[in-house]
Amino acid sequence: MSDGPRAIVAAHGDLAEGLVSAVSRVAGAAAAARLMPFSNSTLGGAELVDALRQAVASTGAQVVFTDLPAGSCTIAARRIARESPGLAVVCGTNLPMLLSFAMASTGGPETWRVAVQKGQAAMCIAEEGARAD
Amino acid sequence: MPIEVYRIDDRLVHGQVVVGWGQPLALGFIVLVDDQVAESAWEQDLYRMGVPPEMAVHFESVAGALSRLPAYRLLPDPGLLLAGSTAAMRALVEGDPDIRHVNVGGLHHRAGRSPRLRFVFLDAAEEADLRAMRARGVEVSAQDVPGAVPVPLDDLLTRSGG
Repeated sequence: MSDGPRAIVAAHGDLAEGLVSAVSRVAGAAAAARLMPFSNSTLGGAELVDALRQAVASTGAQVVFTDLPAGSCTIAARRIARESPGLAVVCGTNLPMLLSFAMASTGGPETWRVAVQKGQAAMCIAEEGARAD
Repeated sequence: MPIEVYRIDDRLVHGQVVVGWGQPLALGFIVLVDDQVAESAWEQDLYRMGVPPEMAVHFESVAGALSRLPAYRLLPDPGLLLAGSTAAMRALVEGDPDIRHVNVGGLHHRAGRSPRLRFVFLDAAEEADLRAMRARGVEVSAQDVPGAVPVPLDDLLTRSGG
């Protein structure tokens, strides 16, 4: 099933590692191997761009999943995408989104568009929690 | 409203600034001071797209910031000034006596820098810049997010990481 990383998951702290670990638990190691976790920890702006650019180049990833739209990972990924047309950047990454992407048989644009739809659809208030006073 | 925070951060606009400081301070604007970014529409677009629409971003060179800081302080909303280097902030401090506090928010790992805190790495020139600001009576401390305890400059310069 696995053919090496096809996407970078770039996030704050240990979030990317945790998300990829969760993909492995839910969908198996082969699906998780399609995702390379990347942390912005300790990296300044320029160093972050260099490290992420290297990760994209070494994997041939066509998409970078990031957490915060305003975050340094997103800004770095967009900077690289402007240099390298064809690289997609997806913000607001969550586990359902990554599961959809990692379990798909292909990794093209339609795959991450569907993944975004899955991620968005998974966000809900499952129980209101309102008390009737 | 005064500018609430004068921050040195080599990531410039990012999550800690927009969310970490932006939400609790209800920031209405950011003044991003960087000579290169001030001359590049491409760079400005990159940083602006990460900021929520209710938060304005003003891009300034050091010289431009010095001439317009008094006007920014008259804006009705709280603001945050962001410089990407100690040198830029030192120039601002030397040109504007109303800057009384400087927040070292993030200077990350780079060749030639030594670790002081998890989010602060400094080389000799940067240490000299911070000392020069303090010598002008400015309170300099390191603090990445509002909930963290500020580390005063003297303490910061004795640390060796972590």
